[in-house]
Amino acid sequence: MRTPLVLALVGISTAIAPLVSPAYYVTLMLPFMAYGVVLLGLNLLFGSAGLVSFGHALFISIGAYAGAVLTTHLGVRHMELILPAGALAAAIVAAPVGALCVRYVKIYFGMLTLAFGMVFYTFLLKFYRLTGGDEGMRVLRPYLLGREWSGFSKTDYLIGPYYYFSLVVLVLATLLMWRIVRSPFGLCLRTIRDNPLKAESLGISVPRYRWYAFMISAVYAAVGGALLAPPTGNVDPTLAYWTHSGNIVFMVLLGGFSSFFGPLLGAFAFIFLQDTVMSVFPYWRLIFGAVLAFIVIFAPGGLMGLLSRRRPAEVPGA
Amino acid sequence: MTANLVNVLMSGIFHAAILFLVAAGLQVVFGVQKIFNLACGSFYALGAYTGVTAVQYFVGHGGPPALFILPLVLGGLAAGLIGIVVERGLLRFVYDRDETFQLLLTFALVLMLEDLIRMTWGTAPVSTGGLYLNYGQARIAGATVPVYNLIVIGASLALALGIGWLLTRTAFGRIIRAAADNREMAQALGVDMRSVYIRVFTLGTMLGTLGGALVIPSTAAMSEMGIELIVEAFAVVVIGGLGSMRGAFVGALGVGVLRSVAISVYPELEMLLIYLIVIAVLIWRPQGLFGAAPA
Repeated sequence: MRTPLVLALVGISTAIAPLVSPAYYVTLMLPFMAYGVVLLGLNLLFGSAGLVSFGHALFISIGAYAGAVLTTHLGVRHMELILPAGALAAAIVAAPVGALCVRYVKIYFGMLTLAFGMVFYTFLLKFYRLTGGDEGMRVLRPYLLGREWSGFSKTDYLIGPYYYFSLVVLVLATLLMWRIVRSPFGLCLRTIRDNPLKAESLGISVPRYRWYAFMISAVYAAVGGALLAPPTGNVDPTLAYWTHSGNIVFMVLLGGFSSFFGPLLGAFAFIFLQDTVMSVFPYWRLIFGAVLAFIVIFAPGGLMGLLSRRRPAEVPGA
Repeated sequence: MTANLVNVLMSGIFHAAILFLVAAGLQVVFGVQKIFNLACGSFYALGAYTGVTAVQYFVGHGGPPALFILPLVLGGLAAGLIGIVVERGLLRFVYDRDETFQLLLTFALVLMLEDLIRMTWGTAPVSTGGLYLNYGQARIAGATVPVYNLIVIGASLALALGIGWLLTRTAFGRIIRAAADNREMAQALGVDMRSVYIRVFTLGTMLGTLGGALVIPSTAAMSEMGIELIVEAFAVVVIGGLGSMRGAFVGALGVGVLRSVAISVYPELEMLLIYLIVIAVLIWRPQGLFGAAPA
């Protein structure tokens, strides 16, 4: 098994990246790490539970707006408070939304999540006094570990303390998700995905397990969203738009939804590929649309599927 | 007061006429191919741009401005031929795949078409100017309504009837309904599904591009218009019931008028109200108002 070796190499290079690579590429790692957290959660739904959400941007924007509201209006600047607050807000919203959505599967699940996402989008857009409308809100630089880091320039702050903070969050989120998918709970989810009737007859409460998965993925999305906002310093309603939800599903598929690390690879490939394409050709959607079409038609296993083609198929998510 | 009410209603019905065309395209494809085509909105945008270009070419080459509707419609219909390319080049590979992948393939189309439009026509909005005022204004109960809008409403109604006639009274319509109902059986009885799929998808695409072409004289074409309209068309088909033409008609009327009323009464509610209705319908009646009960 080469996985531990690869992981060790990836871990070391991520840890030393700010020291050796140009600041620009280090700042690109920030959205990668934020989306990485989002996608780990999304893939619990997609890969493990077999439910494809087309409205997960809803929870990303809850996390991002939580950071904006807390730092600009409520004077709460500690990232250690913003992340749990965003997660809590997402859980409060996801509890009823998820309970309704998990009654359906396949396309109806996708449509219902899309509709909820668009409700929140229109709310952010139209309720100007609360949300800043289409201009959104500013996100002030959060304190990390109780320190203001006021001596740091914006770039130094982002590629220094903020980078490592995000990395720690991503690593913790990955370890936790690893435990979740390998737990009996993760096994139940895969059983439900493969054969809901059999799962039911084995005594697994199908809606309840799907609801748990929905809640976990919503919390992950909010934590990722809260990490995503401070580097840009601004949040706006497009974070909740349906195309954003589509893009994150795209990232999961690009990396490979049936592999645990696929979504992380997908986020990485998406961010860096987008940057490369945009630097030579302004129409990145054209290229990305073609890439997505190619993956859907010829390589549904994504990059991970292409990389591991020669090896026997592993149990998805395990 | 009545004048205001008529204005609100007429603008709602105009919007509904356009929405119906796009939603009908979505429905006919979903009914037969079982693919929820997110790219319907992109076809609509493509039709709008092609329509503008055709009209500009026509007027620029000395065509009488009063006849601008001819190149407009022809341009819209011609843009619909892209449906053949899309069906043969992409969709035919995924008919027996999971619907998630089908949905994502149409999302790939959304991405590609959006940038193709930007590459071809640029990012600035394009329009046909005030050409539509050539047909003058009609006064209805004290309100002023452009005659062009009435023409579009009439055309959409005629198309609705035409689709109804096609589906229920012609041989092709019977084949479409049979294929929608039971693909294997239709195939066993000798229906060439390949040709049905091409024709149905092109029909669906043309309804979308025609809708885009018809709307454009009264507004301006923007590259985001497709991804904005698809979520409204989505609301229409969910409320009406997936795959149902009658549902598309009633749903479009409901969404168009309700949205227009909401804008005039309490603008913040606009689409929020529509999506809340969508959620309510999905929860209490997932098959929609006119859809068949799920098996």
